[in-house]
Amino acid sequence: MKKRSVFLVALLVLAIVGGTVFAGGQQDAGADSPKVVGFSQCDSQQAWRWAETESVQGEAAVRGYELKYNDAQAVQANQIAAVRSFIAQGVDGIILAPQVMTGFGPVLQEAKDAGIPVVLVDRLVAEDEDMYYTFIGSDFVWEGERMAEIVVEETGGKARIAELQGTPGADPTIDRKKGFENIINDYPDMNIVLSQTGDFNRTKGKEVMEAFLKAEGENIDVVYCHNDDMAIGAIQAIKEYGKDPGKDILVYSIDGIKDAFQAMVDGDLNAVVECTPLLGPQAYDALEAAWAGEVLPKWVMSEDGIFLQKDAASIIDSRKY
Amino acid sequence: MLKGKQIPKIIWPLLALAAILLFNLLFTDHFFRITIRDGHLFGSLIDILRRCAPTMIMAIAMTYVIATGGIDISVGSVLAISGSIASLVVWGGSTNYLAGDDEAIYAAVGLIILIPLLASLALGAFNGLMVSVVGLQPFIATLILMTAGRGIAQLLTGGKVLNFSHAGFEFVGRGYFLGIPFPFILAMLVLLLGLAITKLTPMGLYIQAVGGNRSASQYSGINTKFVILFVYIFSGFAAGLAGLVMTADITGADAGFMGLYMELDAILAVVIGGTPMEGGKYNLKGTVVGVLIIQTLTTTILTRGVPPEYTTIVKAIVVLAVLIIQSRKVRELIEHRTMIRAAKEAESV
Repeated sequence: MKKRSVFLVALLVLAIVGGTVFAGGQQDAGADSPKVVGFSQCDSQQAWRWAETESVQGEAAVRGYELKYNDAQAVQANQIAAVRSFIAQGVDGIILAPQVMTGFGPVLQEAKDAGIPVVLVDRLVAEDEDMYYTFIGSDFVWEGERMAEIVVEETGGKARIAELQGTPGADPTIDRKKGFENIINDYPDMNIVLSQTGDFNRTKGKEVMEAFLKAEGENIDVVYCHNDDMAIGAIQAIKEYGKDPGKDILVYSIDGIKDAFQAMVDGDLNAVVECTPLLGPQAYDALEAAWAGEVLPKWVMSEDGIFLQKDAASIIDSRKY
Repeated sequence: MLKGKQIPKIIWPLLALAAILLFNLLFTDHFFRITIRDGHLFGSLIDILRRCAPTMIMAIAMTYVIATGGIDISVGSVLAISGSIASLVVWGGSTNYLAGDDEAIYAAVGLIILIPLLASLALGAFNGLMVSVVGLQPFIATLILMTAGRGIAQLLTGGKVLNFSHAGFEFVGRGYFLGIPFPFILAMLVLLLGLAITKLTPMGLYIQAVGGNRSASQYSGINTKFVILFVYIFSGFAAGLAGLVMTADITGADAGFMGLYMELDAILAVVIGGTPMEGGKYNLKGTVVGVLIIQTLTTTILTRGVPPEYTTIVKAIVVLAVLIIQSRKVRELIEHRTMIRAAKEAESV
């Protein structure tokens, strides 16, 4: 028994020493080989995140960087561990798509102490601005405002609106609602008559829209959806109700997935405000600025577009996600 | 077990359902209005039947699992796998669609239904073997597939929602038979299948015996391993069928979200229906009523426009109320009082 535990301890020591030596060797070799970047993705639950990951991976290959990728499976502890391991491996820069806003303070401090620039993508953390180099992401309030402006223009400032919200409490939900209301509050004839969460997914979006139609079917002019998937569910519900989505009831949504463009081509969806996941190029631009010692603003807006139904057919083939 | 004249258990969940419906009768316009549109029934009540079907299908099978003293928390993920496979089979297994190629082949409806169901049976068998042969705790055994299963579903679909249009298969989720939503008819068929197996064969008795005391039933000659294997296979099958219904409904498999947390609704329905979590007894009718309670509540909340922040709270309060009314202590209290009152009345006469 005792012998075995001695053996185990010896094995452990060997592993640690070996690991350190090996890691050291790696670091030395890294001196004149390509820059190494660590990318910590929070999860891969949606097509949107897959597209983001592909963008970061693809752009690394284009620019000739070595990318270390970790998917935290929607568990923050995994993500913190991944960032720690990037620091231990001595990467040149870290791209972090945070799972939640809080709790990243200590590990960001560690990266800062190690002199590794951290670029946050798509979600901000509730930490001091000094803790990260910059944040690249969409302004959800801006998205809601642009969406509202389109709705105002296409309805002449008069509409009874049903709103399909995202998951309660999520940042995009709060801000897309706020942005939309910022604009329509100036128009007394634009009213949100029904509002409910569709949890950002198709099944729930369809179920909620069905219930809305039962309650106020003849009194809805516009459906404003916080994301495309709910809009696609709502479109199906409107069709099954016997109305023509895109004409009898106008449908608007945010995100810009390929299916939404298809819905616009089919005449079911009226307009989309983009929330692009293709943040790879901007993220590496930021890291390069950091390596060059430049100072960037703490929030770099991602390059989002606005797409109307009439333009969809000419754009759809270029959509990557 | 039955002492004297006990009020039948099913009364309590039925009362809860009646209370929610009564509330709607009084306060929600048009809730009970049923019209005929496009040759089928149409209205909030019909929505309830249609929307409750996937949960009901899973909850019926879950009732048997819980009756053996087990639990199957993998159903939501199995549902997602089944739906993902179905959406792949529709496209003849090709992902040409993703490359924007419209020349993809459509499969026959039989295959689209059969292949995912076979896979679901296999996944159910995996759970069953883990519990019965390997001897893992049911919660842990099915936790494996709950977490890994969603990953498998996402790998299958490449993280995208695979859309399709296939009139034959869409009927499974959107069709109407004799004016009634087809998914609800499927749920009723699953109920009949369950009843047939448990009433026409000794399986019903075996399930209760295994749930009551596994080693005693083993010694009395019941093949307990087979009984346990059976309930998990049935549960896998039901989850797979629910996945087909949901996929056909939205004509796409949303691997990341479909069925997420639905295992909780299924388990909740079973418990509301009066089946105890410790096993040994079950109440299939209660489960059906339990599912109807949950869905009626959801549809009510959506139709009335309760602010989303309050939705889950309202739901939780109603469920809590139902469970408290059902608890043995409260029921005994009520029955006791009724008896005293009856006795007093008898005296005064």
